[in-house]
Order: sequence, then C-alpha cells, then structure tokens
Amino acid sequence: MVRVAVIPVRYASDRELLEISRRYMLSLSLEEMKAVQRYFRKIGRDPTDVEINTIAQTWSEHCYHKTFKGIIETQRGVVDGLLKTYIFKATEELNKPWCLVVFKDNAGIVAFDEEWAVAVKVETHNHPTALDPYGGAGTGTGGVFRDVMGVGAKPILSTDVLFFGPLDYPYEKLPPGIMHPRRLMRGAVAGIRDYGNKMGIPTACGAIGFDEGYVCNPLVYAGCVGIMPVRKYTRNPKPGDLIVLAGGRTGRDGLRGVTFASAELTPESEKVSAVSVQIGNPIEEKKLLEAILRARDKRDKPLYSAITDCGGGGLSSAVGEMARGLGADVELTRVPLKYTGLEPWEIWLSESQERMVMAVPKENLEELLEIFRNENCEATVIGEFTSTNRLVVRYGGKIVCDLDLKFLFDGVPRVRRKAYWTPPCEEDPEFPQPGDLMDVLKRILSSPNVASKEWVLRQYDHEVQARMFVKPLVGVHQDGPSDACVLKPLKDSWRGVVVSCGVNPKYHIHPYKMALSAIDEAIRNNVAVGGRRIALLDNFSWGNPEREETLGALVEAVRGCYDGAVGFDTPFISGKDSLYNEYRLPDGGYISIPGTLLITAVGIIPDVRKAVTMDFKEPGNPVYVLGLTRNEFGGSHYYMVLGLKGGAVPGVDVKTAKAIMDRLVEAIDLGYVRSCHDCSEGGLAVSLAESSFAGGLGVEVWLSKVPVEGLNRDDKIMFSESNSRFIVEVSRDRLYEFESLMKGLPYSRIGVVTPGNKLTIHGLKDRVYEENIWELKRAWKSTFDW
Amino acid sequence: MSEDMGVRTLVLRVEGTNCDIETVEAFEEAGSQVELRHLNELLRGDVGLEDFHIFCIPGGFSYGDDLGAGKLLANQLKYRLRKRLELFISEGRVVVGICNGFQALVKAGLLPAFDGPFSRQEVTLALNESGLFVDRWVYVRHEEACRCLPTRKLGSRVLHIPVNHAEGRFVAPDATLNRLEEEGYVVFRYVDPHGRPSGYPWNPNGSMNNIAGICNREGNVIGLMPHPEKYTNAYLHPSWTRFKTLASETDGLAFFKAIVDYVVENLL
Repeated sequence: MVRVAVIPVRYASDRELLEISRRYMLSLSLEEMKAVQRYFRKIGRDPTDVEINTIAQTWSEHCYHKTFKGIIETQRGVVDGLLKTYIFKATEELNKPWCLVVFKDNAGIVAFDEEWAVAVKVETHNHPTALDPYGGAGTGTGGVFRDVMGVGAKPILSTDVLFFGPLDYPYEKLPPGIMHPRRLMRGAVAGIRDYGNKMGIPTACGAIGFDEGYVCNPLVYAGCVGIMPVRKYTRNPKPGDLIVLAGGRTGRDGLRGVTFASAELTPESEKVSAVSVQIGNPIEEKKLLEAILRARDKRDKPLYSAITDCGGGGLSSAVGEMARGLGADVELTRVPLKYTGLEPWEIWLSESQERMVMAVPKENLEELLEIFRNENCEATVIGEFTSTNRLVVRYGGKIVCDLDLKFLFDGVPRVRRKAYWTPPCEEDPEFPQPGDLMDVLKRILSSPNVASKEWVLRQYDHEVQARMFVKPLVGVHQDGPSDACVLKPLKDSWRGVVVSCGVNPKYHIHPYKMALSAIDEAIRNNVAVGGRRIALLDNFSWGNPEREETLGALVEAVRGCYDGAVGFDTPFISGKDSLYNEYRLPDGGYISIPGTLLITAVGIIPDVRKAVTMDFKEPGNPVYVLGLTRNEFGGSHYYMVLGLKGGAVPGVDVKTAKAIMDRLVEAIDLGYVRSCHDCSEGGLAVSLAESSFAGGLGVEVWLSKVPVEGLNRDDKIMFSESNSRFIVEVSRDRLYEFESLMKGLPYSRIGVVTPGNKLTIHGLKDRVYEENIWELKRAWKSTFDW
Repeated sequence: MSEDMGVRTLVLRVEGTNCDIETVEAFEEAGSQVELRHLNELLRGDVGLEDFHIFCIPGGFSYGDDLGAGKLLANQLKYRLRKRLELFISEGRVVVGICNGFQALVKAGLLPAFDGPFSRQEVTLALNESGLFVDRWVYVRHEEACRCLPTRKLGSRVLHIPVNHAEGRFVAPDATLNRLEEEGYVVFRYVDPHGRPSGYPWNPNGSMNNIAGICNREGNVIGLMPHPEKYTNAYLHPSWTRFKTLASETDGLAFFKAIVDYVVENLL
C-alpha cells in the first residue's frame, strides 16, 4: 500500500501555510511557503509529502545557505550576497591556477603536484552533538570523510575543533534538556576517536576551547584532507547513466537532519529531534571507501561518471543535486532498507549514514557491482538519469514526486535581512602589574584553552597510514604542542601537505578583527613548520541571523575574511556556515554562542625533511621574536585570568605580517631555523614556556629587546596577544645570515636557549622572573590529567 | 616454488583492516614481493596460500572488532582457512600478526598454540588498563633467547615503534605465563629507554610481564601489538627534528628485514 499524503497548500491562508510548515517540521518561512503555493497553483495540484519535504530540505539554511546568499541591508549599504561579495570574490580576484575545484563540489580541490591533488572539507555537526555527543560527533566525522570520498579522494587526515561550556559548570545551572559540558566532551571525543581510528584515518590538527556561551550549543567542526590523482576527478553524469546507491542500508535515523540543523535548540529538542541524529558505522564506510577507490582506479577513467555523498537531505539532496541540468527517475522500492515499514518520504529523506550515490554508465555497471561485491559492500541501481529536467520519484511504479528541477533549485525566494553592528568599547582597564607574573603564567598555562590536550590526542590514532611526518605531539618527550601537522601523502615523493587551523572566539566582541586574527593564526601555524602556497577554508558557527545585531557581527567577520584572504594571498577553496546555534528558553529568551569562525589552512612543503618543530633544540642558539608586540588585550587570556574586561582585540597589519611570514619560510628553506613557535593565547611568555619544556631546555630572554609599540610594562609585553608573531630559534652559526635576511622587518634577538631547566625573563628594569620549566609543564599538563 | 621468484608475502585484508598499505610497503622495502588480497579472493581461490612464504595479518579493526578485538577475524581463520593455514604453518612458512592480526591469531588459537594450531585460546589481549585507546611510541626489546625463528637476527635489539590500540593488555593464567617465559615463547617485551622492563607509560597497556609479542612452539608464527610498519622511514620518528643524524635502518624496517632475510636463508 502506498502511503503518500497530499498536503493542501493551494488554498491555504497565510496562517495555515505557517501551520503546515510547523506541523511537517519544514522550517520554511511564510514567504517560502508562498513560493511553494504559487508553484503548485500554477501546475494545478497539491504537493505530496515527498515533494514538500524535498523542497524543505533543498531550501533549508543547511543546504541552501539562504543567509549567505541573501540580500543584507547594513550600515555600509546593501550587501548582495555575503558569499558572492566577499568569500568567492577573494578567490576570484586571487585567481590561482592551482585552485582546481573551488566551491563547486563536496570538497575544495587544489593541486598537490603535477599529477596529484588535495581535497579538503570542513563541516560542523553542532546540533546532533548537543543531543547525542558520541553519535553526533562520530557521524560528523564520518560525514566529512564522505565529502572527500565524494570527489573521489582518499582521506589521509581527520581534523577536529571542539567547543564546550566550562568543565566546572554547576549542574544545577544547566537549562532543561542540556547535557553537562564534561559529558559532552567525553562523548564527542570518543565519537571522533572511534570513527577515525576504525576507518584508519589519522586524526591530528585540532583545538578544544571552552566558554560559557557553548553550554547549550557545543560546537563540533570535523575536517578531512584527501589525496587523489588529478585526472580521476569526474562530475559528468549523462542522461541514461544509472543511479547507484552504495553502502549502508536506509533506516529512519537522521530524518530531517538538515531542517533540524536550521533551527534553534529548545528544551523539547531532546525528545522531538533525537531521530534526527544518525547512527554511525565506520566499518561500513571503510568498505565503501575501499570499493570506491577500486572503482576509481580499475581503468584509466573511473567506472562512475559522477559520485556524491548521501548526507544532509539524504537521497533527495544527493540525487537532486546530481540531476541538476538533467533529470532523474528513481524507484524507491529498490532502496535496501534496514527494516520494513518506512514511508516513501522517509526513504527519500533519511540521512542514514555511510551511503554514497554514483552515476554509472550502463556499460560499466557489472564491473562496478563486482568490485562492490568483493568488498562485501551493497550497491543497488535505484534509477536512471534522464533529460527531462524533472525529478521523478516512484514507489512501486506510482509517481510520488514530480518536480521541476529549475523550480527546486532556483525557486527559493531570496531572503532579505537587516544587519546592524555597534563597535565595542576597546578601552583598557587600569590595574597595577601583579606581583608574581610566573604564577600568572602558570594560571594561563593551566587554563583549559591553553592546557595540554594530550589526554585527547593520544586517544586519536595519528600513526595509521604512516604518512605523518610532523605529528601533533613533538619534542624530547613527545608531548609538546605542534603548531601544524605535516603529511607526506605519496610514497615516492618528499613533498608534503601542511594543515593548521586558527580560531579564537574570545575575540568575538570585534568580529572583523576576530576573522583577521583567525586567518593570521591559521597561516602562521602553517608557516611555523614550513608551509606555503596556502589555501583557506572558512567555517562559521553563528546564532540566529534573523536578529540584526547577530547578523551584523557575521557581516563584519565575513568582511574580515575577504581582507585577510586577499591581503595574505590565500584563496578560500571551501567553507560552510552553521547558523541558529542558539537555545530557546521556555520563557522566550535565548542563549546564543559567541560567533565562532574556524579558519583551516592547507599549505605545501616541497620537502618534508625541511620541516621545523616548536621545541627548542640546542643550548647556545639565539632566540628571536618576529613581529611587533602591541597593547592588545581584548579577549586575552591575561585579562581573563585576572578577571578583567576591555582592551583592544588584536588586529593584523596584513602587509607586514605577510612580509614576516614570507621571509620566515625562506629562512626555514635555507636551514637557518632550528625551532619555531607561533605566539597566540598567553602571548610571548606561553610560547617561550612551551618551546622550553617541549625541548627540555631552558631559555633566557630580555624584555627590553622585544620590539614593542606603546608598551612599557613587563606583564603586558609578556602576555600581549598581538598577531603575526613567532619565537624562532636559529642555528648559532647562521645568526648573521638570518639577521640579514630579516633586515627591514620588526624583529629582534631577545635571548638564548640555555642548558639548564629555567625559564628566565629579564624585565624592563632590574626585575628577573624565573621558573623551573618542569613546574611550568606540570601546570600545563595538570588540567586534563584525566 | 622456484628460487628465482624471491620472497613472496601475502597481506590479508578484510572489512576494517586499515594498516594494509603501510604493511605492504614495509615488506616491499625489506625485499619481498607482496600481494594485498581480500579474504574473499582467498576463499574464492583467486590466490592460494601455497604461493607465499609469509602470510601477514595487518592492523585495523576487522569487522569493527564488534565481538571483541580480532574475534570475528579469528573465526574466519578458524572455520574458513583452517586446513590451508595448518598446512602453511606445518611447512615452516611464516605467519605474522600485527596488532589486530595478533589479536586474531591469539583468539584463533594460533598463538601460543602449545598443542598445535587451533587447539584452543590460551591467552588474550584485554582492554588497556587505562580503559582507552592509546597512541604512543614505546620501546620493545627483542628477547634473544626466544623460540622465534624469523626475528632471530634482531638479537637483543630494542625497537622504538608506536602502539595504537585499545585492547592490547596481554593477559594469561599463571601456569600459561610461566610456560611462556620458561620455554621462550616471549618475543618482545615493553621496556624503558634504558632497556629495562618498567611500568606505565613504558608498558602502555598494563600487559603481564610486559609482554608485547609472542610466538608459537615451532617459532614460525609471531604476533605483536606494536606497529613496526609505522617506522620504516627515519623521518617518521616523532622527534626526528631533534636528531643530528637519522637512523640508517629504522627499527621498524629491521623487523621486516629480519623476517624476509630468514625466508631467503631458510625457505627459498
């Protein structure tokens, strides 16, 4: 029996339209519902539940990025599409020949060498993680792997950046339906661990941050880097090609995941939306991966003409996207199910994991199916691509969906939103210098954002595949915090991929500077190990964009992205936004996350044997600081541990920053640099401490030598978080070469690596600050000594 | 098998095997020809074990380790490859199990196999003492006086290689443990940087007697938890940026070379 409901929209009033949107959890606005109504009035019938759900998924914020594509009225004038005006524009202006596929497919693809390419994607999986941290974070990881597999690449790195509420958050203060941050963190880490480890994809390059703003809405950014032969990329489905669904079976899990992700969480979410979280099975995905790689490589050209991940929106999105410009005819009864009893719309929309859709020319079918059989991986023909430009879906032969693809993809009304932004007060508070600065240093080192994450990192397998040449833990005891990881993806080439990230939501009070800071941090982490020719990915997690000030902040951040990308000559190749990261309180109030922008940087190093790590190497080597230290304490860890507010968020002098980084890469290539560490949270003092205990060596520096601008206090020079700075240890015998290379840039020799175990900082006057490096390390390691 | 064919290794893969590529590369680097084959291809008869000198089960999460690490794979060996493996082992050819492969060999009753292959499971690899997956570089000492034939060349060399596992704690009843020790079944032992058996983190999982790897009575079946295939290039060492000179032959490669050389000297 065909169970298809017809939804009467043609004669519905505005109120009824909204009621339909609510009842069927469509997350469509009145204007969008009216566009649906107009379409069905025109064709003279009402939509089926399959059709209206297909439209809702395709038009969701998650799939369509309404806000980023919409029209926004700001104080500076009208922005006609954030993506077009800022993100894409930067990439277009830079126009790099090595950007092969950008913003067009599941992942961004850049050239690696003449024959090989690197594919990268970063996704968020915030809402599912809030409800089910293990399943949510795990399937986030599994989903982003499939994005990379969905361009035909083999995943070689899994990255993850997580944000939670404070770990000591009082239980009694937790709003209804919200899990404690500690439980969320343990669950999310375990989910990422099990998915990546079982798939055999090394996990490195991440960050974990804590802030009260994430109590109700934790953030999970999952990223993946893959490698593929350039000529194996294909996205060219033809009419007559078969639609093959491969991988796991389809069930009710993950229904309406994308519309769920496009709304706020509420105390009810836990009950209402639990089915929206998918159930992961990494071995199923591993089988899929092995089969796809073999289908890709069996002959000169892949056996498929196009391939895509079946993720958000399920088949409706995977088949729909691929059918664009063609048309498709699908028979739902052919879809292998986990259990019987699914309604047609459920089969069509299910976001069950570990599924991929391929377009396969008929003559290749048998060969492809044979490969999948050998991997014990199910693959089924569910339909055919046509040339009708219609999306036709049948159930037992009966048509349950027949939509014009042009309407489906182009019929969504553009949203028009207002944005307003008020610059924050950046005045510094007055306060005396604290007496014991080494105690302050220890408090910063042990603060959760800075403290060692070894407990997490050792649960992630970063050795599998044996391709990681700079690992997340480096130094004499293999526990120092590496700035970036370096992979050597090919057996017969020393060329490497360098992956790093930058994110600091404590700077959200000034989103423009936050964006520039995140870009600067991602790039400087990359450069610190020897990366160059860098491509960027932007991932926004924000609150409700329908509120003017929230959207205003977003516009500011996006503007920063453009200026940063163009200034550093680093194009964006992929990105994603996750909005509505809010919790709606029973009384109508809301709790929003701080606007959070993650920048992922992917660079190249011509020879991984030239890579540099952050641990001090040899006593007697001179230590330099590159870059200016300014009075920039807005959102700083120094103010945080002192309980102070205010101060200027660190800005970026892009021109100087780029000059410093270019010159530093040159110095690394010439072999002058023995160690290099970027300065971020906690400033110079934290970087010096980390390089010291990672190398098991002391260091002695003079603050009077540090190039500063408008600073004359020991504490401020030590802890300022100015961007674009590095601590560099240079080979004793290359000192002059290094200094002549750096000529004209803000830099200075500030001290020397010492054989002892003391961090010694000489103040501007006579004061000397000193601490045992093992004491500092203990403070740094104590927080997550679980 | 003719001599001019050289050493031939079969690396097995099943659903969830994930250290196959680097294991293939390690054997190749050590001088063997290698074929990577899915269990289905073996069962169908696309390849036969008789064409190989070395049969290696690499690391991973076979079948998701859903019934415990290596348990389902052990059943495959026990019920679907039994005759072929019995013959392979009785002919003195070499079986190597690394990590998940070791877990499978132990659970199939191929290690230590006091009373011959598939007799019964005598030891196990339990959940790490920490209760968590662990990725860490460890030192393992090769026990010079052990029964293991293919690794004999390692002498008392200490290998610095990583462990990456959740279920690696070697556990056995006292009598079994004594017999393993007294009769030389223990091939690798976790030690500290000075070569002495020591506690956590040097013994990363709480293994009894610091046991990291064992062999069978005849000394031609060997299993170990650490991953020698992860250190076949000097630049894969986590601290290589600190070294003035890098290893000319890495500890990982030494393991594979010892095995391949043994085949050259004894089985060709």
